[in-house]
Amino acid sequence: MTEFTRPDGSSGLVPTAPTVAGGQPLAPDAGIDTAVGMDPGVDDTAAAGLELKVRSQWSYARMRFFRHRLAVAGLVGLIIIFGAGIFANFVAPYSYAAIDLNNILHPPTTVDKHYFGTDGIGADEFSRVIYGIRTSLEVGVFVAVVSSIFGLIVGAVAGYFGGLLDNLLMRITDLVLTLPALAILLAVTALLGGGSQWTISIILAAFFWTGIARVVRGVFLSLREKEYVEAAKASGAGDARIMFRHILPNTLGPVIVNGTLAVGTAILTEAALSFLGFGIQPPTASLGALVANGQNYPVQWWLTIFPGLLIVLIVLCVNFVGDGLRDALDPQQRRIRA
Amino acid sequence: MLTYIARRVLYSIPVLFFSTFFSFLFVSYAANPLVSARSNPRLSQHLLNLLIHQNHLDKPVVVRYFYWVEAIFTDKLGKSLITLKPIWPDITRTMGHTAQLIIIAESLAIVIGIAVGIYSAIRQYSLFDYSFTSLSFLGFAMPVFWLALVLQILFVDVYNHWHVRIVYTSGLNTVPGGPAWSVDRLQHLVLPVITLFVVSFALYSRYMRASMLDVINSDYVRTARAKGVRERKVVMRHVFRNALIPITTVAALNIGGLLGGAIVTETVFTLDGMGHYFVLALGQGDTYEVMAYLLVTAVIIILFNLIADIAYGFLDPRIRYD
Repeated sequence: MTEFTRPDGSSGLVPTAPTVAGGQPLAPDAGIDTAVGMDPGVDDTAAAGLELKVRSQWSYARMRFFRHRLAVAGLVGLIIIFGAGIFANFVAPYSYAAIDLNNILHPPTTVDKHYFGTDGIGADEFSRVIYGIRTSLEVGVFVAVVSSIFGLIVGAVAGYFGGLLDNLLMRITDLVLTLPALAILLAVTALLGGGSQWTISIILAAFFWTGIARVVRGVFLSLREKEYVEAAKASGAGDARIMFRHILPNTLGPVIVNGTLAVGTAILTEAALSFLGFGIQPPTASLGALVANGQNYPVQWWLTIFPGLLIVLIVLCVNFVGDGLRDALDPQQRRIRA
Repeated sequence: MLTYIARRVLYSIPVLFFSTFFSFLFVSYAANPLVSARSNPRLSQHLLNLLIHQNHLDKPVVVRYFYWVEAIFTDKLGKSLITLKPIWPDITRTMGHTAQLIIIAESLAIVIGIAVGIYSAIRQYSLFDYSFTSLSFLGFAMPVFWLALVLQILFVDVYNHWHVRIVYTSGLNTVPGGPAWSVDRLQHLVLPVITLFVVSFALYSRYMRASMLDVINSDYVRTARAKGVRERKVVMRHVFRNALIPITTVAALNIGGLLGGAIVTETVFTLDGMGHYFVLALGQGDTYEVMAYLLVTAVIIILFNLIADIAYGFLDPRIRYD
């Protein structure tokens, strides 16, 4: 897997020649197409008549993704919401913990920039939500990246070599699947004493990797018997080369999709843990903890509605993007979605 | 078939052993049940020592695990480490409430979800399809606890404004016995049921739609249409029955998610169910109560997984067990 530049100037993390030409699920002629009849709107720099245009799988994927309206809307939504979270220091009108006892439980108003009202100690709910987004973003992305990488490695080794590790992986999955996920997570966070957002992230990642490992294992199991892998073996390629060069690129699609959706699931799970009081503890902002705080004020609806609404919006956008990626990264799908 | 079931049951014994063993370790290290006892000034050191000795809290955790296993068989899951109350009556009572909640919500979700899934598939890309697809996206993205709280806020508001009691927003029965009791129970269950329903409904309507579309495009459906079978019959006999097969598996495997959803729902509505019991016990560090919950749910989940596999074999004769 290397980053390089195609003749047409597009670049990407790309399966190289043997993978594309090997007769595996990618269509044999994938990546080569004429410019004639192609849509001129999308990153088409070489507009010259009958010139042969080489397109990588990734440029097809990008085209399909940007034709997927909901996915693009989701991406824009995520950029706005997460942008606000990242630049919370500039966006939030108040500090996260600023207490103003003269101004408690104030309904939403634009006068003092209390857009989402104030809570029981007079802190500005809008600022708290913005800082909460940052925490959610950090937890979601950390869990997705760590669990994807770990799941990818374990799944690849288990699927390729089988044997002990494969057995172990499947048994661990069995164990995890026998109990309600939320119950185990609650027990583990109670043990490790939740609190810090990084502890929570690591605990979540420790549970999420099994899903990705099983997906990767499945792809490896089905592809390791293919002719092109045999051909690579016959021409002297080592295990590591076959695994990472020839099989791994085929798993990247599902892994990216699963990783994206894992961001949403991780944010939801963290929110549920924090809501039940076993997750991130008060000094750190957390959308779930904010909703839990709102629970104490059933009449002051803004304290519950706004943080929860942000969770819904984030997860909705993440799921749209994940869906778009699923359609875009499916190599069998040559049709460009309208 | 019987040997298959027997093998699965036997295999579930080590799985149960390991999952309960690790949960026992986690829960034992997580919290000390003696914290509340130690801070109680009325409890003498002598009594405290007796408590520790009786509950084997002076032994290593691994040994305590086996005392717990012993308690499962000889003492019906044992007694609470803190209140010394027997656990069995509490578990059966709370399980009854959780079962009512889950069974009502799940039956509604399956029936309505399947109906909506079928109609969305037949009228693909219609207004109906689009609106329910959006709704199910929303259902997936919504935190269960937030939905529960929104419903609570809504009905607290209704009550504050018009002083009409449509449904209760927390707790369980306030009226003893008779038909009034049933109405009262329903009023308490409506909001928790809606909460659990929404999440499962999103799942089933999506799966049913996808599954229907899979079958609609298959060759034998085209053949049925080509030989002149009426559309209604094509849909009900050829498509619907085959599309239903994957849904049974999804429904059976969904039990773990439902129990998780019940934890949150019951906590918000302070419903006296298993999930609420579990969260309270975990907060106090009552190892035996927490373990009782985990053991019961593990058995339920293993049972449903087995049912899913067996049902799949009955519905799809191509599947063979060996």
